[in-house]
Amino acid sequence: MNLQDTDFELFGVPSTFLQDRAALDARWKELQREAHPDRFISQGAAAQRIAMQWSVRINEAYQRLKEPVRRASYLCELNGAPIHAEDNTAMPGDFLMQQMEWRESLDDASEAGAIDALQAEVDAARARALSSLDWLIDEKADYQAASQQVRALMFIERFAQDVEAKADALGQ
Amino acid sequence: MALLQISEPGQAPDPHQRRVAVGIDLGTTHSLVAAVRNGVAECLPDDQGRAILPSAVRYLDAERRQIGFDAVAARAQDPANTITSVKRLMGRGLADIAHRDAMSYGLVDDGGMVKVRTVAGDKSPVEVSAEILATLRFRAEDTFDDDVHGAVITVPAYFDEGQRQATKDAAQLAGLNVLRLISEPTAAAIAYGLDNGSEGVYAVYDLGGGTFDISILRLTQGVFEVIATGGDSALGGDDYDHALADAVLARASRQAVGDADRAAVLVAARTAKEALTDADVVPFVAALGGSELHVEVTRAQFDDATQALTDRTIAAVRKALRDARLKAADLQGIVLVGGATRMPQIRQAVAAFFGRAPLTNLNPDEVVALGAAIQANQLAGNAGADDLLLLDVIPLSLGIETMGGLVERIVPRNQTIPTAMAQDFTTYKDGQTALAVHVVQGERDLVSDCRSLARFELRGIPPMSAGAARIRVTFTVDADGLLSVAAKEQGSGVEASVTVKPSYGLSDDQIATMLQESFSTAQQDMQARALVEARVDADRMLMATQSALDVDGDLLSTAERSIIDTLMQALRDAKSSTEAAVVEAATKTLAEGTEAFAAQRMNHGIARALSGRQIESL
Repeated sequence: MNLQDTDFELFGVPSTFLQDRAALDARWKELQREAHPDRFISQGAAAQRIAMQWSVRINEAYQRLKEPVRRASYLCELNGAPIHAEDNTAMPGDFLMQQMEWRESLDDASEAGAIDALQAEVDAARARALSSLDWLIDEKADYQAASQQVRALMFIERFAQDVEAKADALGQ
Repeated sequence: MALLQISEPGQAPDPHQRRVAVGIDLGTTHSLVAAVRNGVAECLPDDQGRAILPSAVRYLDAERRQIGFDAVAARAQDPANTITSVKRLMGRGLADIAHRDAMSYGLVDDGGMVKVRTVAGDKSPVEVSAEILATLRFRAEDTFDDDVHGAVITVPAYFDEGQRQATKDAAQLAGLNVLRLISEPTAAAIAYGLDNGSEGVYAVYDLGGGTFDISILRLTQGVFEVIATGGDSALGGDDYDHALADAVLARASRQAVGDADRAAVLVAARTAKEALTDADVVPFVAALGGSELHVEVTRAQFDDATQALTDRTIAAVRKALRDARLKAADLQGIVLVGGATRMPQIRQAVAAFFGRAPLTNLNPDEVVALGAAIQANQLAGNAGADDLLLLDVIPLSLGIETMGGLVERIVPRNQTIPTAMAQDFTTYKDGQTALAVHVVQGERDLVSDCRSLARFELRGIPPMSAGAARIRVTFTVDADGLLSVAAKEQGSGVEASVTVKPSYGLSDDQIATMLQESFSTAQQDMQARALVEARVDADRMLMATQSALDVDGDLLSTAERSIIDTLMQALRDAKSSTEAAVVEAATKTLAEGTEAFAAQRMNHGIARALSGRQIESL
């Protein structure tokens, strides 16, 4: 085992999209129990530095594995279909139409009920996109199509954040 | 020290060499010190058996001061020189302070930072806090008849870097070695969780004298994972006093004029507030400008006057739950911390929000100091403390300034530490050869609404057209929460970096000067102490090296082995010196000489442990 292992190797889990979140959580804590700098507190600067490298690496892997979109993105990248979110924003027309409709609804929403309704709609869209990822990656191994789906999910997540921000602003 | 005992992580090489490590709750209204004795954390009382030290300092003249109960007793007669609630001023500028008019002592601006005007001169909040910390340090040293090796000091989760640095400065000024700052709710959870052997997700609602914190934690087999924190660093029990005082004055059509009036009305409000915990109607008595104000206050009136404050705390709770992606029903329990949570309206509001009664079986005043003591015992490397692991998070987002005064977030809040996160940026002008990096902290989108932490420049970027350079900015936060930022142009490899020490605290020079002038450190004491510490470190280094050689000595060539043997002998000889610097230098030389060996063993050790875990868990 070394710092260059993939997240899946480090966590000792199969490199599939489908993951058991509880197992990831437990494994993360097991790994940190072994490698966290606080475990080597009386052992000096060199030990602290190396423990920190491992601990940072474990946290990085955990962050990527536990978030479905990041996990899918990582799998696409490992399998030769990187996402390139910043320079690849071309999306299907109907998807963009829906995004615009959502934006308008968010701008118009002025009370908790409207925000909640929009939130439910976004959650449903996210759930649909995630289950298609499950199929594209684990069943069909079609990483190009999965990569496109990840980009769509990134739009959805960004919008979900804006919904949350608005909910914050409305003080609910 | 560089050599390791892989077999027993977290333990000192010699279990008999216990170090005195304390936990300190430096509170707005009162402070406590606790330590682990015989495996149990307990608060250390003063010589009159009182665990609580009121966070009050009264300056009598240039030389003399009263600290704690004596200062509180004198508050009404000498309000201008009796400093209370100084925690609210830590790491703050004059403009940041709420209720300035209602404070009973005078504030002045000193180069952007606030100071308190006293008969002993202008005092920084750091100096005032240092008086309180030093009093607690002396208490611990008297209790153990030994030097304090180090302290874990608690701060509100929502304290920003400036406020944290000011707290560290105060500790240094008080002659304390800070092992770590941890957040108050986390400390409470450690004390509570270890006490009850609990598992599951808990919310800690901590309303202190001047700050409000909410933390959501998950407890599993000794691992404390902070999931989300939130709060308000300028909302606390004091605000309830102010709100009650204002309401009573308004109803009686009276005004508080001058420092003495204000102090009197605040003392009366606080007395009434505390009495209303058990009674429905209480008298409110204050001497104002010679004539006495005497009215009755009901709990309903108090609730009304403070409803907006209570609502603010519940809004923060809601936000923290949303950050944690949890619902109120997902929680195992709600822990109340802080004296202000004794107020019935708080308990009702919390119970109503969570749909269950909060847990209150530990003393809300002591629980934070107890948790800090447990963590201090571990961080001092004392044996038997290794069943605890705290996986903490950064409380506020970190980012850099981009075009137009906007913040680009690099590390989002609630990220588990240690962490390293990077983002790529580019130049916006043709031929641009330098880039200014401005590091900021906060949740707002505009730089002007966030705390500025540091600035540095990346120079020597080869001239390119706009947008061609790839500059990777990496934020690294270690387990202590210390941030370093590096910027590197990927093509040419030019780089620059900074370790963030915010300008809100004191400079090292200022601290050195203050230490020299200060109460806590006669020169000779310092030297004797330094020598003892240096010899302890030398012994630990020698023992660690020896045990590393015993286990993995065969990894070394004969030549490498003989270099280490020589360095060890040199350190044994140096130990008889009476100069701390000589012992330290020899320890450092041995540490450096064994560093490569240590790194090799450490990497193998962790990799082996991680792989072993994997086989076990499959």
